[in-house]
Amino acid sequence: MEVALAIVIGVLYAGGLYLMMRRNLIQLIIGLGLLSHGANLLIFTAGGLRKGGAPILAEGEKAFSALPADPLPQALILTAIVISFAVTAFALVLFLRTYQTLGTDDVDAMKETDT
Amino acid sequence: MFTLLTFCFAAALLAPWLHRRLPAYAGAVLALAPASVFIWLFFQLPAVMHGHPVEQSFLWVEGLDLEFALRLDGLSLLFALLISGIGTLILFYTQGYFKGHPQQGRFLMYIIAFMTSMLGVVLSDHLLLVFIFWELTSFTSYLLIGFNHEKEAARTAALQAMLVTVLGGLFLLVGSILLAQAAGTWRISEIIQRGAEIQAHAHYLPILILICIGAFTKSAQFPFHFWLPNAMQAPTPASAYLHSSTMVKAGIYLLARLHPALGGTEEWAAILIPIGTITFLLGAVMAIGQTVLKRLLAYTTVSALGAMILLLGLGTPYTIKAMMGFVLAHALYKATLFMIAGGITHETGGETSIDKLGGLRKAMPISFACALLAGLSMGGFPPFLGFVAKETWLHALGDYPLLMIATMIGGAAYVLVGFSIGWRPFMGEMPAGLHAHEMPPAMRVGPIILAVACLGLAFFAGTTGHTLIEPAASAIAGTPLKVHLHLWAGFNKYLVISLATLAIGIGFYRARPLWLNLAQRMAGWARFGPDATYQKLFASILKFAAWQTRLLQTGHLRHYIRYIVLATTVLVFTAFLRAGGLHKLEGLTPLTVRTGALAVLMILATVATVHSKSRLRSILSMGVVGYCMALLFTFFGAPDLAMTQLVIETLTVILMALAFYHLPSFRHSSSVRTHAIDLTIAIGGGVVVTLLVLAALDVQTPTPISDYYLEHSYTKAHGRNVVNVILVDFRALDTLGEITVLTLAALGAGALLKLRPKKKEDRP
Amino acid sequence: MTSLILRTATRYMFPPLLVFSIYLLLRGHHLPGGGFVGGLTAGSAFALYALSFSVAAARKLLRIDPFDMIATGLFIALISGLPPLLSGEAFLTGIWWEIPIRPSVTVSLGTPIIFDIGVYLVVLGVLLSLVFLLAEEE
Repeated sequence: MEVALAIVIGVLYAGGLYLMMRRNLIQLIIGLGLLSHGANLLIFTAGGLRKGGAPILAEGEKAFSALPADPLPQALILTAIVISFAVTAFALVLFLRTYQTLGTDDVDAMKETDT
Repeated sequence: MFTLLTFCFAAALLAPWLHRRLPAYAGAVLALAPASVFIWLFFQLPAVMHGHPVEQSFLWVEGLDLEFALRLDGLSLLFALLISGIGTLILFYTQGYFKGHPQQGRFLMYIIAFMTSMLGVVLSDHLLLVFIFWELTSFTSYLLIGFNHEKEAARTAALQAMLVTVLGGLFLLVGSILLAQAAGTWRISEIIQRGAEIQAHAHYLPILILICIGAFTKSAQFPFHFWLPNAMQAPTPASAYLHSSTMVKAGIYLLARLHPALGGTEEWAAILIPIGTITFLLGAVMAIGQTVLKRLLAYTTVSALGAMILLLGLGTPYTIKAMMGFVLAHALYKATLFMIAGGITHETGGETSIDKLGGLRKAMPISFACALLAGLSMGGFPPFLGFVAKETWLHALGDYPLLMIATMIGGAAYVLVGFSIGWRPFMGEMPAGLHAHEMPPAMRVGPIILAVACLGLAFFAGTTGHTLIEPAASAIAGTPLKVHLHLWAGFNKYLVISLATLAIGIGFYRARPLWLNLAQRMAGWARFGPDATYQKLFASILKFAAWQTRLLQTGHLRHYIRYIVLATTVLVFTAFLRAGGLHKLEGLTPLTVRTGALAVLMILATVATVHSKSRLRSILSMGVVGYCMALLFTFFGAPDLAMTQLVIETLTVILMALAFYHLPSFRHSSSVRTHAIDLTIAIGGGVVVTLLVLAALDVQTPTPISDYYLEHSYTKAHGRNVVNVILVDFRALDTLGEITVLTLAALGAGALLKLRPKKKEDRP
Repeated sequence: MTSLILRTATRYMFPPLLVFSIYLLLRGHHLPGGGFVGGLTAGSAFALYALSFSVAAARKLLRIDPFDMIATGLFIALISGLPPLLSGEAFLTGIWWEIPIRPSVTVSLGTPIIFDIGVYLVVLGVLLSLVFLLAEEE
């Protein structure tokens, strides 16, 4: 299982990186999205996969009888998902504005504008 | 001592303010700071003389074992007296030299800060503390040399001096650390008692070489001597102070200080004696061909520093005594001559060449007297301190006939230079068009006192030797020495040699036009010298920087991503291999059909996302990846994640669709070659990540932090959903940070969209 | 984008979605849910409304500006961290009160729930400001 997920993560990274090296702005954003999926899955897998159920204590119990899934990576990923959404949205707005200002969405043509 | 140092630094900070308040007397008022140090030191003299150093220390940085340890022994005392005494006079001189100069306050600040740093160097008893003050002197010296920063030559010289000395400082730092390790302590007073231990240590030679490089750069030894003559771009008060009597002696001081620990070995002699001799002769010979007042003095300073290193390298009790005597004599006459040289240039409206000066004796009688006294002391004429020093020196070299000959040649050059400054500008006829007048009183004080000291201390040679030289020499030797200086040591062969040197020197002076002619012919050789090497090195570093910037900083975002990914991939992969590659994977969860199918689906969706030429298909495929992630989260006990992922994925697709409405479809494509390169790099990155995940599975922390959360979630935080409890209770501060990031993203996006470059239609 | 079916559906779906989001928020401490998911669900409800009717209508329905909502949320989250300071504990340490409703039933109320409400408001505000801004773009 872990091996399969590791391969999936590698594919997500490769796809994300490849798209980020393209010339179209939109592909860059999509690449960013794939990359953040890959990163989240990486944390999830590296944190250890357990089939013990959700880390939620059943009503009336004071302690877990069996070891549940690790809650820490979950908490990390939860915020990471929301943040990467905000970052993607920000990147979208940034590129939209760039496109409107420069009149191009070709990353290569944005070379001389940083002055 | 700490109080005095703080007081002096405070004086430096006050200088600009004080100068605004009291433009005419700022120098004199500020001179109170070094003067009080001088007086305090003076009162410590009896105790130190009898071998009771003054000590003070407190812990400064605990983790670094850094103590603010100060220690005043004989060696420190002599140097500190010179620094504070000449410093006081220099401040007076500055007041006259920079009279009416708007930037005088700035200069005073720099020079007092420098003085304090220099005091710190000689007073510190902790190697790191020495280094800190050492670097501070380099830094303040940079500011002083570059004081006239509107002149390019001044900026270049300042940078050169800084680069050379700071580079040396780095060597010194490494050397100090090694030394402290070898000795097992940072305290210099303890290190110098463990000489045998250090010299037997495996790192002895590297330590010696590193510390020598540090000292040689600072003290302008061959081949690092070139920065000192160039540093004459500094205003004269700075040259007189830094480049004659104080900063350049820091290297001498350090080697003298560490002599009991490092000295007395064959290696020590093999490094110091040749370098010292070469520098001594080179400086003397180069000085002969100079015509500019300050450069003449600068080269003789280089030479004198070489002589000190040479004497220190020999390391016999005689040579050590001779060295300290010479340090004192040199500081007195060199500071005087520098001040006179600056005075001449100042009072004649900027004339710097001795060949264009003459007949100044009538216009500047007091300067003439001072210059003559100091010049004669420099030449080593009786009955001056220079004579006493030179005789002790010759005496000490009694067993080394070759070095004796070298000393005679150098000594003759000193006579020439002494006459060139103390005699030549004042005698003969005044060239037409030259106007001169006497220096103002403030500028006269220093030269008068120092010139009188050149003469006076010689008459009290015995006392001087006993009170000043003896404690210092004992500190260098590490054992108590007796010093007996005599103005008249009786008629012996050294007197004959000394007098013969004087005669040769006068002959040299007579033949000066010949030397100048020769120097001009040799000028072409300079391009093989260290200065030219430095210039070439400097230029090639700049060229290299420009080249690699052009290569890497293309301005294309895609190239930057390439470099980053490639570098990370290679580095991580190397680390992965060095860590032993993949271990045997154990305890894996078995692959079920549904998760397997999900994994395949995700891979396919990713490929579709990358491959698709249509924007909509591309984002929808990415959405599929996201939904698969959500499913995966439900399989492995993460319902919160699944819910969040589901909603976010939907919103992302909506948001992208909204934005793409305004953006064009994929139009630009790269060449096949670029695609191939990028694909290779990207796949390389992916493979490394896969390997990394597999390697991470083997990492097992003994007790994961999450156990604590699982255990205490309900009992302490009243929550059954551990993930949520972590977010809002255990790690609430992190979450607070995260919602702040969210806020910033929204604000940033809002600002980008609302602040338009072109006004289309303003929303309320 | 403004089809009749979508509008009608939205009109019926909007109130339950909003209620569901608050339910998610409040139950989050014991069951899956919480401020993040709750805020996102409420945000989706408003986004749906904005898409099926208009951004202006959605803004009107929301009453307050999304940015004000973000500020309020951050403020609430910050405030919720202050009470423990009074009793000398670290910032943001959870404090709980047992409130008896009937002799046998008590409800636990704590500062973490207030903090979660702050998170809810920030997430909702951020989401809506982004969606509204992009949708309003010419």
